Amino acid sequence: MANVTITIDSKKVTVPSGTFIIEAAKEVGIEIPALCYDPNLEVVGACRLCLVEVEGSRKLQTACSTKVWDGMVVHTRSERVVKARKEILQLLLDNHPNDCLTCQKAGECLLQKYAYEYDVKFREHDGDRRPALVDTSSPYILKDDSKCILCGKCVRTCAQVADRQVLTFANRGFNTRIVADIDLSLEESSCVSCNRCVTVCPVGALLDKRLMGKGRPWEFEIKEVKCKVCEYGCDFEVLSRNGKNVAVRAKAPSNGRPLCLKGRLTTEFIYLDEPYTPYKKENGEFKETTWKEALGLDNIIEKLLDKEEISTGVEYNG
Amino acid sequence: MMTVEELRKIKEETLKHMESKLYKLDKEKIGQKATNRHVLICGGPGCYSSNVEEIKERFVEKIAEKGLENVEVSISGCFGLCESGPNIEIYPDGTFYSRIKIEDVDEIVEKHLCQNEIVERLLNEDAKKEDKILPVHQVDFYKKQEKIALRNCGIIDYNSIEEYIALDGYHALAKVLTEMDRGEVIEVMKKSNLRGRGGAGFPTGRKWETAYKYEADKKYVICNADEGDPGAFMDRSILEGDPHSVLEGMAICGYAVGSDQGYIYIRAEYPVAVKRLRTAIKQAREKGLLGKNILGTGFNFDIELRLGAGAFVCGEGTALMESIEGRRGMPRPKVERTAHKGLWGKPTIINNVETFANVAPIILKGADWFRSIGTEDSPGTKVFALGGKVKNTGLVEVPMGTTLREIIFDIGGGTVGGKKFKAVQTGGPSGGCIPEEFLDTPVDFASLSKIGSIMGSGGMIVLDESDCMVDIARFFLDFTVDESCGKCVPCREGTKRMLEILERITEGEGTPEDLDRLESLAEIITSSSLCGLGQTAANPVVSTLKYFREEYEAHVYEKRCPAGSCQALLQYFITDKCIGCTKCARNCPVSAISGKVKEKHVIDTETCIKCGACMEACPVGAIIKK
Amino acid sequence: MAFEFNWEGNKDRVNRLLNFIEENKNKKGVLMLILQETQELFGYLPKEILELISEKTNIPLSEMYGVATFYSQFSLVPKGENVIGVCLGTACYVKGGQEILEKIQEILGIGVAETTPDGKFSIDATRCLGACGLAPVIMINEKIYGRLTVDSVEEVINQYR
Repeated sequence: MANVTITIDSKKVTVPSGTFIIEAAKEVGIEIPALCYDPNLEVVGACRLCLVEVEGSRKLQTACSTKVWDGMVVHTRSERVVKARKEILQLLLDNHPNDCLTCQKAGECLLQKYAYEYDVKFREHDGDRRPALVDTSSPYILKDDSKCILCGKCVRTCAQVADRQVLTFANRGFNTRIVADIDLSLEESSCVSCNRCVTVCPVGALLDKRLMGKGRPWEFEIKEVKCKVCEYGCDFEVLSRNGKNVAVRAKAPSNGRPLCLKGRLTTEFIYLDEPYTPYKKENGEFKETTWKEALGLDNIIEKLLDKEEISTGVEYNG
Repeated sequence: MMTVEELRKIKEETLKHMESKLYKLDKEKIGQKATNRHVLICGGPGCYSSNVEEIKERFVEKIAEKGLENVEVSISGCFGLCESGPNIEIYPDGTFYSRIKIEDVDEIVEKHLCQNEIVERLLNEDAKKEDKILPVHQVDFYKKQEKIALRNCGIIDYNSIEEYIALDGYHALAKVLTEMDRGEVIEVMKKSNLRGRGGAGFPTGRKWETAYKYEADKKYVICNADEGDPGAFMDRSILEGDPHSVLEGMAICGYAVGSDQGYIYIRAEYPVAVKRLRTAIKQAREKGLLGKNILGTGFNFDIELRLGAGAFVCGEGTALMESIEGRRGMPRPKVERTAHKGLWGKPTIINNVETFANVAPIILKGADWFRSIGTEDSPGTKVFALGGKVKNTGLVEVPMGTTLREIIFDIGGGTVGGKKFKAVQTGGPSGGCIPEEFLDTPVDFASLSKIGSIMGSGGMIVLDESDCMVDIARFFLDFTVDESCGKCVPCREGTKRMLEILERITEGEGTPEDLDRLESLAEIITSSSLCGLGQTAANPVVSTLKYFREEYEAHVYEKRCPAGSCQALLQYFITDKCIGCTKCARNCPVSAISGKVKEKHVIDTETCIKCGACMEACPVGAIIKK
Repeated sequence: MAFEFNWEGNKDRVNRLLNFIEENKNKKGVLMLILQETQELFGYLPKEILELISEKTNIPLSEMYGVATFYSQFSLVPKGENVIGVCLGTACYVKGGQEILEKIQEILGIGVAETTPDGKFSIDATRCLGACGLAPVIMINEKIYGRLTVDSVEEVINQYR
């Protein structure tokens, strides 16, 4: 495709035509805030936070779904844009619990980040809020509806793997919620605990339960590792705190990598100083299980324990 | 397979049986002699629910009993004047009977049909003026109307494809297939400047051209029959009264843009329309007017019905396509044009029912004819659904540019019960309330948006002095909140907050800051929502705030509802009519009423719980609420 | 309330649904059609039937649930034998539709989207029924009743008792 040159906040950038503004902006180091956008997922234009001003357009345009054209002039931080973003963030905060103090996501939460950046604060009001439905049924994922901003990233990422598609939007309008299957708990549902959804959730609505209470994001040292279970080689992060490996979490499932529980448990088993109890789902119930069974590795556990052999390229501080 | 020749033959044959009722189309002929007489019964949405099938049967029975010859009885689509239904017209004289019950049929047959004597007591009340009996076309309601989209409604039998053909039906399709190339059809449509009747008013020809020019292996034509605006029922009337006009318009569009598959997406709330459309599609297929090799020209086009399931947002084009594709009707961001990438990623044309119903006449009579009607900005006619506090509720079709006053007062007969006109709400939940000072605005797409409302699909709800404008805004926001798909933040969260504020105000809990907050919410919802539903959701609030701000202020500052409509703000008072009978005091559950026997009583408004028991008990109507 | 689905008693309907799925499964966007047929046949969307559809069509349960809960005409619980739709369109609202709704709730002793204990009636607050000329109107099953008053509505309902 031909290249086009556009101007974003007075900076000129040349990109292939058909590029979305949000990606073009990245080229010149301009970050446009967005909660529902993810280059690996279908564009939905739901959060409206990436609104920018395009000269010649009367309305504000979403940077995530507007393609560049030659000579386009974009303003990403004009007064009008900033005002709109503040209002949108305020609407989100008005329907979000004020518990950043204890929220596991604090420090990594995009809503928190943008609220800070745009100086938007929680405020008292008597209006309706999202119901505080918290699903604690899974040992791997904590689902807190009250914090959900309905960006839908979890639904989209879950649908990317054929045969999963566990999460969906249910109901509509203000009552919209994310549910599993036919509004089942994660335990009863067909969820396979791959944690793809957790990796894309911008807020604290879907959390890695095995990470909870293990530390604050800024306290962790993070090392990236590759899963060795199958040829996909999904990315995981080993989090260590005070020199101890305390948790493993799935990284974004990029490049068609599926992520799976087995891979995650295997990685936990390899890297964690004190691996947590593994659980396995049987007939809609999570049951404590043995590592042997959880990993399905009856005969090769011994092999796995041979650290030298399997951790090629990754430093292991066991 | 049908040929053009056979189409003409059907027309000639069928016209013979239709003679006298066709006088309805030619005002000059009304009253002249005809070879037959015709009892025409309205089967529009309103009348149809009043047992018109039974009324028809009774007519047929009674006519046979009396041995009358050359009298035809048929039910046709909507006559428009729902207010006085069930309506009956008798031709050739054009006598207009209203509110007909089954018991009235015998009298009409015996007097009118047997003895040529008009049954005056059953005449429509406007069909009698100073002892003169007016034929239907001279009745005020019909005088200023001009019909294009509704041309066949109220004349042909909706179950008869032959009658549709008799009135030049499918002749436009025959014309484009045999005499015009695709580009010529696009040119005619562009020149006509027919603008989309669904609300936004986008020029139809230009839309078609975009899809026409885009190469693809498959293209789709969709008829948006998801008429969801509360208070609008023109599409329903067209679909029920003249379904073939929509099918023909779609087929012409299919030919022009190069599509062989059409879909009609229709609301499930319209079961009768669904039935009639199914029948019409079947008939058209049987006659070879839909399907393969239409009229032997090699053109293929078929139409499938898809039903909605109760979601207003599906009237929005991209949500509608999501729904046809079998998903939640959540609008898509417009990365590509629908005419390039629409249904299943293929070029797609979406037009609404009334738009398609306008196509065939434009092809047959030409773009210049069409442009001679209406205004420069918006040629042609528009169908409006007149409802609310207006005397003649019903459907009217008038040239664009007719003023609101003409529509509401000359045609609609003004307000009812001597109440003062306050506003007219146009465009449903996306529209606004227009106050009296703009009644002389000629209605077209541009003029209505200039005064803070929109044409929308053509709903017009008349409001009088007893309607509270804050409550009307609340009503529409309640609707929008309920119908918001929930996808984008401003619409999902913002409309809910607006509704909460409006509820507070109508309950007397509103604060001055609430008015500012309403305005800032309106701004963000309008400027940043994903789809048309959200972008226009604040219109009812914005327009009422603009024109009726004093009503909002009365609620907020004085805790008073000037229209006397908001229950929480009403107060009960005893007037001088009081005879001191003590009944009210005895019925008051909270002992808020005091007074001596035979003296005027007083209500302590602080204690009063506004239950209304006193008002019911008072024998002389001395208790009022305001 | 938990409903136990009666497979034996619904055998005929289940077979009709299976035939429908078989006939239409190659149509594009078939999920809406199947759910509409299911709603029509059973009066609601039984969980067990959704599972059956999922099995036959490979459409995930989650997708079905998402669609079923989006559209107001789908119900996940059984509806009454007679469904009373009270129109709350604008024309009906300004002519007292809300009062008609309240009266019907009072007469039947149930709220919107609820069903009477005898299974005879359920109430829906519907969107505009397109019979604005007759406002206020209600629709019982597929029949429209117009120009109602708070006093005349009971008589209409009694016809269905």
